[in-house]
Amino acid sequence: MATITTTRKNARATDARTDGPAKGGGSGAAAITVHRAPRKIGLRLGLLLGLLAGAVFAGFPVFWMLISSFKTNTEIFAYPPQIITQGFSFDAYLAVLNDPEEIRFFINSYIVALSVTALTVLFAIMAAYAFSRYEFRGKRVMNVIIIGTQAVPPIALIIPFFGLMVTLGLYNTYAGLILTYIVFTLPYAIIMMTAYFNTLPKELDEAVKVDGAGAWTALWRILVPISVPGIVSVAVYTFMISWNEYLFALTLTRTNDLRTVPVGIQLLIGQNSYEWNQMMAISIMGSIPVLLLFLIFQRYFIGGLTSGSVKS
Amino acid sequence: MTALRTGRTPSRFGSARLAAKSAPYGFVAPTAILLIALMVVPIILVIGYSVSDGAITTKNASFAGLTNYITLLTDPEFWNAALNTLVFTVSSVVAHLLIGLGFSLMLNSKLIGAVPRAVFRVIYILPWLFTAAIIAVLWRLLLDPQGVINYLLQSVHLTGSPIAWFGDPSSALLAVTVMNIWAGYPFFMISLLAGLQGVPADLYEAARVDGASGFQQFLNVTLPQLRPIIISMAMLDVLWTTQQFALIWLTTGGGPISVTEMLSTVTYKLAFTGFDFSAASASAVIVLVFSLIVAVFYVRSQRSES
Repeated sequence: MATITTTRKNARATDARTDGPAKGGGSGAAAITVHRAPRKIGLRLGLLLGLLAGAVFAGFPVFWMLISSFKTNTEIFAYPPQIITQGFSFDAYLAVLNDPEEIRFFINSYIVALSVTALTVLFAIMAAYAFSRYEFRGKRVMNVIIIGTQAVPPIALIIPFFGLMVTLGLYNTYAGLILTYIVFTLPYAIIMMTAYFNTLPKELDEAVKVDGAGAWTALWRILVPISVPGIVSVAVYTFMISWNEYLFALTLTRTNDLRTVPVGIQLLIGQNSYEWNQMMAISIMGSIPVLLLFLIFQRYFIGGLTSGSVKS
Repeated sequence: MTALRTGRTPSRFGSARLAAKSAPYGFVAPTAILLIALMVVPIILVIGYSVSDGAITTKNASFAGLTNYITLLTDPEFWNAALNTLVFTVSSVVAHLLIGLGFSLMLNSKLIGAVPRAVFRVIYILPWLFTAAIIAVLWRLLLDPQGVINYLLQSVHLTGSPIAWFGDPSSALLAVTVMNIWAGYPFFMISLLAGLQGVPADLYEAARVDGASGFQQFLNVTLPQLRPIIISMAMLDVLWTTQQFALIWLTTGGGPISVTEMLSTVTYKLAFTGFDFSAASASAVIVLVFSLIVAVFYVRSQRSES
């Protein structure tokens, strides 16, 4: 497969070599030049087929979800399955939009995800500033906790969280869910944000501090405005995680007026027993915020994500 | 370093020095409080629950020693779940790696233009953007006996009669694994793509001068350069996959006849359908210990790289 990535340069390099010192493998070089053109077309064709096969694997289920959301419930299991249905129907979407309970799931998801994002970004900026610009006692310990936290399985924490939230009176509240999510999003957000701050020269904020301003001012006036790309990637990451979370949303809420979209979809399975088109419609609607965020910010986001997760 | 420097400059003012010294603590305070209250404390709690009897459900839980662990570790159901988790994790991680590597190599190719490359990249990332709850519902539709995948398999004569993928004990583990593979490879792909773009071009140049073929370049340049990413991604993926809960819970729920029971679903059922929080905690601690062992290797591999 690496052949594919390098052939163009490869071709140029060998061409340059063949007219010069064709001493070593004269015949081999000649053979290569002869086969060059058809081989390249073959490669390109193979690559295209590979890409299309990959696109079918990745995209077909999503395509089917979209198609099914516009079908009527009887059409969904029509035999043979139809791609284009008779009436392109918005009924499923209208059913979701007209159900106050399902709208509530969306409102809850927004309340939780936006609060988590705001608080995570705030705390991550502060902590990352300390990690990037200061040496302090306990830094190593905190660092270990922050990295180690990512390895702590949610399933191992769900039981003590349940116990704690009940004890603290935070069971079945927004606050309980928001606090929970912050603990899971914050460590990685700090790692991403610290990596970002580390790329900015220390002279920037030190200059302000020499002029008599405090560290707080230096952070918010100088560093934060130029760190927008890093902050955006942290925010998008945090929003996606909290919008999509299922296990804690399921366990730490009891009543439907507090449940988020992922749990709501599950309820729909139980209640309406296989209103497939509605389930696909609410799935599409429930994915739109994340899809949009990703499409708009993918450049920032992927950069931030990879710089934080893997040192290469 | 900064602390030293700022500390030295206003050495005439003791208070300024103190402020500079305490400043980092102010900045990390919210994080420290949250992580201690909701990460360190819960871990201590769950360990405490696991060596007690009647945790959460009774006011005064009694100390039970290792009873919960012994009960669990002598239960064939637990070992069944552990084995399923192993099969599920190993096949998922291997497939994630292979698909992620294949897709990232294709996307990194210079043979396709920038626009198709961007389009394919977005399509390939798609599965990763959906929440597990949605993926589970979607695959239930796709793999329904009357669903589109059964139709396609029948029309190419790969199967005679429709298969109830999630309901049939012989196919359920395969079905949840395929679903998990679909849902999880994109993060691998993104990381490997970033890694590929970071491979210095002169390494390929040097390999070519030495007469390496494309495949040899892949083996001797690309793979070694990607090695650190592959290792850390594989370890992260092992962590995530062993903990996968929602996809299983919302498709098979561990069934039929426990063929897709995982450590995560066993733990959850013990706690929230059986209300045996002590046994569930013991199970949770076992998962935790396993995860921490993997994490130690992960941190080590990260350290040795930096």
